[in-house]
Amino acid sequence: MNDMTKQLLSMISDFDEKFEGAFNIREDSGCAGRQSSANIKITDKKDLPGIEIHIKPGTKGEKVYIPACVTHGDVNDLVYNDFYVGEDADVVIVAGCGVHSDSHAEARHNGIHRFFLEKNAKVLYEEKHIGTGNGKGEKNIDPVTDIFLADDAVMEMDTVQLGGVDKSLRKTSAKLGARAKLIVRERIMTDGEEYAKTDFDVSMDGEDSSVDLISRSVAKGHSYQEFLSTLNGKNRCSGHSECDAILVDNGTVNAAPALEASHVDAALIHEAAIGKIAGEQILKLRSLGLTEEEAQDRIIQGFLK
Amino acid sequence: MLQLKNITWSIPDGDEIIKGIDLNLDEGKLIVVTGPNGGGKTSLAKLIAGIETISSGNIIFDGEDITNLDITERAKCGIAFAFQQPVRFKGLTVRDLLELASDEPLSHTEACNLLGRVGLCANNYLNRELNASLSGGEIKRIEIASVLARKAKLSIFDEPEAGIDLWSFSKLVETFEDLRKQQSGTLLVISHQERILSIADKIVVIADGKVRSAGPREEILPSLLKDEMFKFCPMGKEESK
Repeated sequence: MNDMTKQLLSMISDFDEKFEGAFNIREDSGCAGRQSSANIKITDKKDLPGIEIHIKPGTKGEKVYIPACVTHGDVNDLVYNDFYVGEDADVVIVAGCGVHSDSHAEARHNGIHRFFLEKNAKVLYEEKHIGTGNGKGEKNIDPVTDIFLADDAVMEMDTVQLGGVDKSLRKTSAKLGARAKLIVRERIMTDGEEYAKTDFDVSMDGEDSSVDLISRSVAKGHSYQEFLSTLNGKNRCSGHSECDAILVDNGTVNAAPALEASHVDAALIHEAAIGKIAGEQILKLRSLGLTEEEAQDRIIQGFLK
Repeated sequence: MLQLKNITWSIPDGDEIIKGIDLNLDEGKLIVVTGPNGGGKTSLAKLIAGIETISSGNIIFDGEDITNLDITERAKCGIAFAFQQPVRFKGLTVRDLLELASDEPLSHTEACNLLGRVGLCANNYLNRELNASLSGGEIKRIEIASVLARKAKLSIFDEPEAGIDLWSFSKLVETFEDLRKQQSGTLLVISHQERILSIADKIVVIADGKVRSAGPREEILPSLLKDEMFKFCPMGKEESK
């Protein structure tokens, strides 16, 4: 693994020279390290670039790391990773992607992740994205996440785009069985001329399934963000979608949450709020001794925490 | 420790809200500012804190002319302000706010002491976000705690009783009394509450942008309780003629 990969790994995960437990490190479309554990087996996919992660039923308290790094321009990485999580397992999956370019050539990672959670399985999925480097080549990350939750399965997605990514198209779809629960916490910050689009499509097929989707974003400079979400209530279920965005400078956010209910007991709510930082918030923090700039930074930091 | 010298303040459309106020506030005292609604009390407090800028006059704090200092600089000088209508923050927790106010990390015991002074239990509140999940009374008490955390030379509280339940209000009155006994800086409290007026060292009555009377509690309070305030409103003036 090269030094840039190590740097990127430390930004997108708790990497400290090594990972404990199961891991697969993807570097510039190749494998820079892999380890399976007794309960988590990682193998190459047979037909496509990527890996399969099999987590045994009943596995508890283990973490598996699946980061991907693009360390220079002129790399267009495409990977298909499938996660099979056995019944009653309860694990943490740390993904994340760092893209670096010091050249004029584009550096791109496109990760297509599919999650198959069996009955009563629980997953906390952590994903951090960052772009670094001074090259004029675009640093792009386009994650696709398809989630299939069996009855009583729970998946919590905690996704963060830290900055430096020129273009990002995030597409997430989910199908929920009975009493399955999907929790999404998304935080995105864009600056300059960056563009980020997120698109959620959640189908609550099972009785008493639920989704809670909260997206917080900050658009600075001349950056542009789009937030799309569609919650489909096809059974007795509850869905909540919330998009909060702060505009700084000349940033733009377009939020279009949509609800579709085809069952009389589907309870769906969406909220969207876009605006600049309230003057009263700045005043309060200034009354505690912060400058206007410090107050703004602290408010954004808390908002995206 | 605070001198207001003939200060005036007009809003952009030209109306003069504060009409030449002279006032001296002594160190370590509890001063209560009261008067009819719309008389200029909150405006005066905001001018002292630097939230609004005076049109003319001078503000001297601890011997230094702070007239041209902004809100951040005045905070750094030792002036703290509890807003009448506290603001909410998505993402900031009660602990975050208290630590920003005290400018250092707080131990659980320190946070517990601060919140306890306003009748809140740290275990239940420290990690809560300052968002809409908190009631008006809860956010108000946290606002007051954030000012207590400043340990400022001058702490200004704009109607601290508003929205607070009876029990928390009693706790707050005790806190003000304790602070005064400890001489922990000067307290300037805008209030209409008799219980707060009754613990003041000095009472200042403001109406129509002017100081109508100011003096020791023993001197001012009896007249207030005899409804003599009524003469400060236009209708009262007419009737007293």
